[in-house]
Order: sequence, then C-alpha cells, then structure tokens
Amino acid sequence: MKPERRGFLSGLVLSTSALVLAGCNKIANSSAVDHVLTSAEAFNRRMGHFFVRPKSLAREYSRADISRFFKPNGSIAPDNPADASSTPAYRAHVASNFADWRLVIDGLVEHPQTLSIADLKAMPAKAQITRHDCVEGWSSIAEWRGVQLARLLQKAQLKPNAKYIVFHCADAIDKNDDGSPLFYYESIDLEDAFHPQTILAYAMNGQPLPVPHGAPLRLRVERQLGYKQAKYVMRVEAVDSYKRYGQGKGGYWEDNGYEWYAGI
Amino acid sequence: MADHSSNGGAAGPTHKVLVPRHKLATRITHWINVVAFVMLLLSGLAIFNAHPALYWGQKTDFDHPWLAMTATPAPGGKLVGHTKVGGADFVTTGVLGASPGVDGKPQARGFPKWLTMPPYKALVDGRHWHFFFAWLLVLNGLAYLAFGFWNGHLPKDLWPTRQDLKEIPHEIVTHAKLQFPKDERATRYNVLQKMAYGGVILAFIVLILAGLTLSPRLDAGFHLPDLFFGRQSARSIHFILAWAIVAFLALHLFMVVASGTWNNIRSMITGRYAIEVPETSEGGDHEA
Ligand code: HEM
Repeated sequence: MKPERRGFLSGLVLSTSALVLAGCNKIANSSAVDHVLTSAEAFNRRMGHFFVRPKSLAREYSRADISRFFKPNGSIAPDNPADASSTPAYRAHVASNFADWRLVIDGLVEHPQTLSIADLKAMPAKAQITRHDCVEGWSSIAEWRGVQLARLLQKAQLKPNAKYIVFHCADAIDKNDDGSPLFYYESIDLEDAFHPQTILAYAMNGQPLPVPHGAPLRLRVERQLGYKQAKYVMRVEAVDSYKRYGQGKGGYWEDNGYEWYAGI
Repeated sequence: MADHSSNGGAAGPTHKVLVPRHKLATRITHWINVVAFVMLLLSGLAIFNAHPALYWGQKTDFDHPWLAMTATPAPGGKLVGHTKVGGADFVTTGVLGASPGVDGKPQARGFPKWLTMPPYKALVDGRHWHFFFAWLLVLNGLAYLAFGFWNGHLPKDLWPTRQDLKEIPHEIVTHAKLQFPKDERATRYNVLQKMAYGGVILAFIVLILAGLTLSPRLDAGFHLPDLFFGRQSARSIHFILAWAIVAFLALHLFMVVASGTWNNIRSMITGRYAIEVPETSEGGDHEA
C-alpha cells in the first residue's frame, strides 16, 4: 500500500472512531435515549415480582461466612466534623451515645411513635446473617439484629392510603443548590416493608451498630442492593407518594438516576 | 456425498446458483443479537469499571481479587495503570487501569473509554444501557429458540448427526487448510460450525443465568448463587463468558472472511447463498 493511501486509511479509521466516540457521548447524554433505556427498570421490577414471591426469603448464612471486612459506603463518618456529611446534631447524638436520640414514626399512621434505642431493644428482636450486595458489584456478609419494620408499622397502624415507607436519615450526603445540607433518604413499598427480613437494625455482628454502618439505626431490606439500606435512620414516614421529596424519585441515589427498584 | 478429495469445488465446468440458506427468523434474530451483544459488552465494561476487580466465592475478599485493575499516581500528574491477574502484575497504562477520560486527562478506570458505554465514567448510565439491551437479548434469544424448534432449524441444521461426528477429524484438517466446499455441501453447516454455534448458544444461556444471579431479589427466589459457587463467582463467570463470546466472534468473523465474505454476509441478510453446481449439459456423474 502506498504510504499516502495508508495515511488516508488510518486517518479515516481514526476520524470515524473519534466520531463514533463523540457520538456515543452524545447518545449517552441524551435524555430521550435515557428515557427509552430506563423503560427497562419496569421490566426488571415486573420480572422480579413475577418470578419471586412477596415473602420469599433472602438466603441466610452462618457465622463462619461473616466478612472480616465489611466495606462501609456512602456517608461513612458523619461523626467527624471535617466530613461533609457531618452535622452538629448528629455529633451531639454520638457524644451522648444516642441517649437523647429518638426514632420518629409518623405520616399516614394512626398512632405516631417516638422510640428510644432502649424502647427498640425492649421489643422482640430479629437477627439475620445476610449478604449485602453493592450496586458497584462487591458483596459483604454480616449479622444484623434489630426490630422487624412490620412490628413497628403494626404498632403505629398504617392508614389505608399509605403506600410507601420513606426513611429520613441524619447524614448530609450532599448539598442542595442553595448550599443547605441534603439528607439521605430512601423509600420502599409495603411488600418490602412487611417482609419478615426487613428490619431496622441497631446491632451488627453482635456490637452496637458502628458509625460507618449507620449508627444508631439502619434499614435492612434484604432483597435489594446496598443503596436501599438507609443508614442513620431518624424518621420513618408512611406516605401515599414519595414524589414530594428530593427530585421525586424516591431516594438520594434514585434522584441521581439509579433505579428505585434495586432488586437487580 | 460428493468426494472429499477435491478442493471442495465440483470437477468440470460449474456455474453459480443462489440457493435459500437462512430463514428470515434466523437473520433477524442474528442481527438483533449482534447489536445487543455489542452494547451489552460495552455497558458491562462500564459497570465493571465501578469496581474493577473480580473475586471467587460468595462475598468479596477485598485483599484477594483474582483480577484487578488499579491506578497508581506517578510524577507529573500521570497515572500508571496496573492489571493484576492472580499473582502477576502487568503495567497496562493507557488501556487497563488508567487511561485518558473523555476530557483527555488520565483517569483511573478499568477499561478505556473506547470500550465502555457510556464512554464517560458513570455506573448509573452503564446500568441503564445494560438492562435495556439485556432484556432485548433475552427476548430475542427466546424468539430464536422458539422459531428454531418450531421450524426445525435447531434440531435439523444445528444438532450434529452421527455422520457429523465421524467427520470431525476430516473437518479439522480441511479447516486448518482453510478449504471450504463450494458445492451443494456448502448448503449445510459442517460439524465444527455446528459445535461452535451450539457452544455459543450455551455460553449465552449460562452468561444470562450468571447475570440474573447478580440480582438479590432473584437470589431470594431461586438461590441462584449455589449454581455458580457464590455471587462473586457468578460475577466472575459472567465476565469470563462475555470475553469467551468475544473470542467466538473473532473466530466467527475470521471464518466469514476466509470462506467468502460477501457470499456469507449476503446469506445472513437476504437469505440467499451462492453455490457452484455442475453445468447441467455436462453434469457427468455428479449428484445435483
Ligand atoms: C457476538 C456476535 C455474534 C454472535 C454471537 C453470532 C452467532 C452466530 C450464530 C449462532 C450463527 C448461526 C445462526 C443459525 O444458523 O441459527 C451465526 C451465523 C452467521 N453469522 Fe454470526 N454472530 C455474531 C456476529 C456476527 C457478525 C458481526 C457477522 C458479520 C460479518 C456475522 C455473520 C454471520 C454469518 C454470515 C452467518 C452465517 C454463516 C453461514 O451461513 O455459514 N456474525 N452467527
């Protein structure tokens, strides 16, 4: 092949690949395309619910399976003043060992609740050794002990129009446009809320829940990915729609594009 | 059967005729599969980049990945890319571990931007692409299997016969010499082709199952990780099979080119394939 022809050809290959690459960026950034692509979420959800019964249990493991290192993710140091997720209120709770901390259960319930850690521990406990699957791909196994959410919701008694449970958290995972702290939040439907393995955990591997893992209380909703497992839970609210929070997608990561149905 | 000693072509003067080769269902599902697989590969690598390391077992032992791509800073704002496989550590700067991001600046990333969809680093968009094309691939695959059993394509054209198995040694020799029949024998898949296609169909099925295993909800219903020795093993197997299919694709493309590029591709588009048949007037003792 003549050198100039080879130059032309490699130029052609290079410029087409540059175009394809630029095109891929454009396509990937286009919201119309994203709209089509995210239609698959409904399919994920339908398949998950078609093939798996509402009360089917996530696999439980033995003590020997517990991870030596369980990777904390998201906010991991809201007790550290230098950490962006930290707030004075949360630091005060840590300083007093959560003595004044109260879990609030309200929204569409007949009997709103205010519960201390001692109140929660006085209720029948549920313990389970389960696998935590992060959306990034890794998995860790730990033992969780806490109160079944179903038990708490029965106590509070949902009103008939309650459809979702929203978890409001203490960690400032991000900032709003005006600079004010944006607190982590999550939401689940009633099928998961009343699932026997859905608990609000106050202990991990036999110890009080450590700060990086959501002290004093975190959600475990075992058939979904890690970002559903809200940490630093302050308030449990029954709602008919989660649209009025954040960007209306039902959670902090959902507002950033992740699927509300995190069963895959 | 015509004799095998000739170079595939019929003896004496021949002329070309177009014969039907691929049914419409095979052609449509084939090309949808190509698009879906390519998009799944690229978006899968974008997802991989969120945690570019693979493990065996149920849970992640962060200190012992069997495959890991990492970046270490070097003087001058540079990044050195490392790829660790088992105990070995390769410097793979520019391709694996560290490569230029969409802004051209060095970035810690497993696979480079020209192998990921989207090219910018975003797990969230990678997932959106992946799930969309995953369901397309599954529905398309089911359609392929349904048509294949219904019209007999799978049992008739793809399942090796007893005669086929006897021909394996002979086919290996002629394939190695890149000799392919041009006559009536070319209207059927040879046994190596059947095995390669059967193998890739099987690989897709296991690949899809390994992908479904990554769903915590489906795991609750089916205990899928037991099938793959754990969820992290399933993620590894999912990754390995994707690359096994890339290897199939390379061989597949090579064979398409080696045995007549345009004739093959036309047959997969229009359904018609050209073979050489003896001139009828001088047909001699050849079977038609
Ligand atoms: C991952 C990508 C691909 C996979 C998994 C794949 C798989 C297959 C399979 C299973 C068959 C047999 C179909 C049947 O008879 O039911 C086939 C045939 C064929 N494929 Fe592909 N293919 C891929 C990509 C391509 C590409 C990119 C081309 C373009 C050149 C191509 C060209 C062909 C042709 C021409 C045939 C017919 C071969 C013949 O008539 O002997 N394939 N492919």
